[in-house]
Amino acid sequence: MANKLIGEMGLHTKISNIFAARNIITAKDALSMTEFELMELLDVGMKEIRSAISFISEATSPPCQSARSLLEKKVENEHLSGHLPTHLKGLDDTLCGGIPFGVLTELVGPPGIGKSQFCMKLALSASFPVAYGGLDGRVIYIDVESKFSSRRVIEMGLESFPEVFHLKGMAQEMAGRILVLRPTSLANFTESIQELKNSILQNQVKLLVIDSMTALLSGENKPGAQRQPQLGWHISFLKSLAEFSRIPIVVTNQVRSQNRDETSQYSFQAKVKDEFKDNTKTYDSHLVAALGINWAHAVTIRLVLEAKSGQRIIKVAKSPMSPPLAFPFHITSAGISLLSDNGTELKGPGINTIHARGHSDMINFHGDCS
Amino acid sequence: MISFGRRKSPAIEETSLATSVMEAWRLPLSPSIRGKLISAGYTCLSSIASVSSSDLARDANITEEEAFEILKLANQSCCNGSRSLINGAKNAWDMLHEEESLPRITTSCSDLDNILGGGISCRDVTEIGGVPGIGKTQIGIQLSVNVQIPRECGGLGGKAIYIDTEGSFMVERALQIAEACVEDMEEYTGYMHKHFQANQVQMKPEDILENIFYFRVCSYTEQIALVNHLEKFISENKDVKVVIVDSITFHFRQDYDDLAQRTRVLSEMALKFMKLAKKFSLAVVLLNQVTTKFSEGSFQLALALGDSWSHSCTNRVILYWNGDERYAYIDKSPSLPSASASYTVTSRGLRNSSSSSKRVKMM
Repeated sequence: MANKLIGEMGLHTKISNIFAARNIITAKDALSMTEFELMELLDVGMKEIRSAISFISEATSPPCQSARSLLEKKVENEHLSGHLPTHLKGLDDTLCGGIPFGVLTELVGPPGIGKSQFCMKLALSASFPVAYGGLDGRVIYIDVESKFSSRRVIEMGLESFPEVFHLKGMAQEMAGRILVLRPTSLANFTESIQELKNSILQNQVKLLVIDSMTALLSGENKPGAQRQPQLGWHISFLKSLAEFSRIPIVVTNQVRSQNRDETSQYSFQAKVKDEFKDNTKTYDSHLVAALGINWAHAVTIRLVLEAKSGQRIIKVAKSPMSPPLAFPFHITSAGISLLSDNGTELKGPGINTIHARGHSDMINFHGDCS
Repeated sequence: MISFGRRKSPAIEETSLATSVMEAWRLPLSPSIRGKLISAGYTCLSSIASVSSSDLARDANITEEEAFEILKLANQSCCNGSRSLINGAKNAWDMLHEEESLPRITTSCSDLDNILGGGISCRDVTEIGGVPGIGKTQIGIQLSVNVQIPRECGGLGGKAIYIDTEGSFMVERALQIAEACVEDMEEYTGYMHKHFQANQVQMKPEDILENIFYFRVCSYTEQIALVNHLEKFISENKDVKVVIVDSITFHFRQDYDDLAQRTRVLSEMALKFMKLAKKFSLAVVLLNQVTTKFSEGSFQLALALGDSWSHSCTNRVILYWNGDERYAYIDKSPSLPSASASYTVTSRGLRNSSSSSKRVKMM
């Protein structure tokens, strides 16, 4: 819509020509300036400018839907009302059916915790026939860290869905639906995802996995401050891709140490600053999600995987649809399984802190805190 | 900020060319017309306002239509000044009554309503910001449901516009909150029924979803276009009482490279929100993200989009963690004292914190 041509909107010819003469061709060009600036540039009265802007704005505005029609469309047109099952019952119940279509879902956790296992299981789920709770489509798996394992995927399939995988040729069919890309640089990745838009529609792609987003940036060796603008384009593109294609996009993120002077306070909270500093000292091992606040705002659902007192836990840290819950899990040959389908509700910002197994095991003190 | 220059006092006598040029500059006229007026000797508002349109047209070599338009603008500026002087005291008194009679939109959390003076105020632009996961979208959805509470149940009986820039609006969650709201209203009606034989509430959750107008905005151009279009849309759809933008930040943060231009465009957008709020007596709620800001030798959290944007909202509410609880803090408001209140997000929506009765006042 932003690139809609002013000349083709049906605006009065005289005004349309004035815009064109000043090289204002698209709605984006016109609406990126204030009305006063346009008046100055085009040498036209404010009345005409307002009339033209009103016309262009109406032509450029997105369509209106009622929330009711949104719900009805989801229920009628999309599998499980627009969700990809994880086959983890407790988690699926919490997320109203599974990983939602149309938004970014993030998995974050320390190395070795099971993020890639989770992604491979999702890829399997998306490729499966509808009768078995799958989406019966293709998966694009962008494997930045070379963690994808075909052997592991087939093992998961045999253990999780034996009635399917033991059918002749089914293993080949299911595995054949997963397309793996291994970009070697951020530029390479950018190029790949730009090609995705058409490919997704033409080839029945039902899931996009990026494992991991962080690795793409850390390899570029640039100062931290520049990462935010660098990610900006990718954030916008992925979100609009998810929306446009109505598919789930699952992104993994790494963790990093939380700096002692990490920003987590507003100016009016200065009174409790000293208290916070004291607390910080006892949590030197605290980890937080990498990529910063801007990225955290961009993902709609954040699942944190961590190890605490020797127990692996998956936490729903951010979700518009559910309270913050934590589920204990373990990893078997069938992939990730929940030990309990009843989640424990967590309170406070601790939902976003991440424990690594090594630290917790070595220091009993941490195991007692919660 | 660029002023559109409605003068608030009678025109000052001509004292210098610079002053006169400034006066003419303040009218929203195109440069060529302005040039013609100055070269014809019309350099201040009073000189323009005192001639006929035909004289002005002949002297400045412009059309009758253009002359008439200029006179209208000049007279508006003069009249505004005169009127405000005569009617100032009365206007203030009228404003007091208007403000007292305006209903407010409950947040479903009475502690939060209390520090907001009863709820989200109509005719105001309210900004609500906080860290990821603190519950901004929850508040947005809750308000779009609560605005529809019928007048007999203490609500506005209005409709909601939800502008989604991040894709955060989850219709399943809206349904959950709507169902809980209907149940609460039925309880309320059941209680009132014993005393007043009130009419039964007929609302269903699907009706509530029907009255939420949802727009998915995918670029800052679409956001600007939609804000420009809202006035017409609201004129055609009666009873809209809340406009929620979730978030105001996202596209301007990701896509905009020219920061000076961004500031100007955002300022114009803010003015349009204020105009909408006043004209249609509706609440505008802008959700904002956070960023880090270096101040007084250390980094602190701050709402995104910078200091210029800070001036654009009437009320500013910051959501933050205090220990294990969610809190809201009134950071800026012309009519509310700074205060904080705890709240919680439950499966039924926004509610009072369960420990609110025994919480310690820390702020």
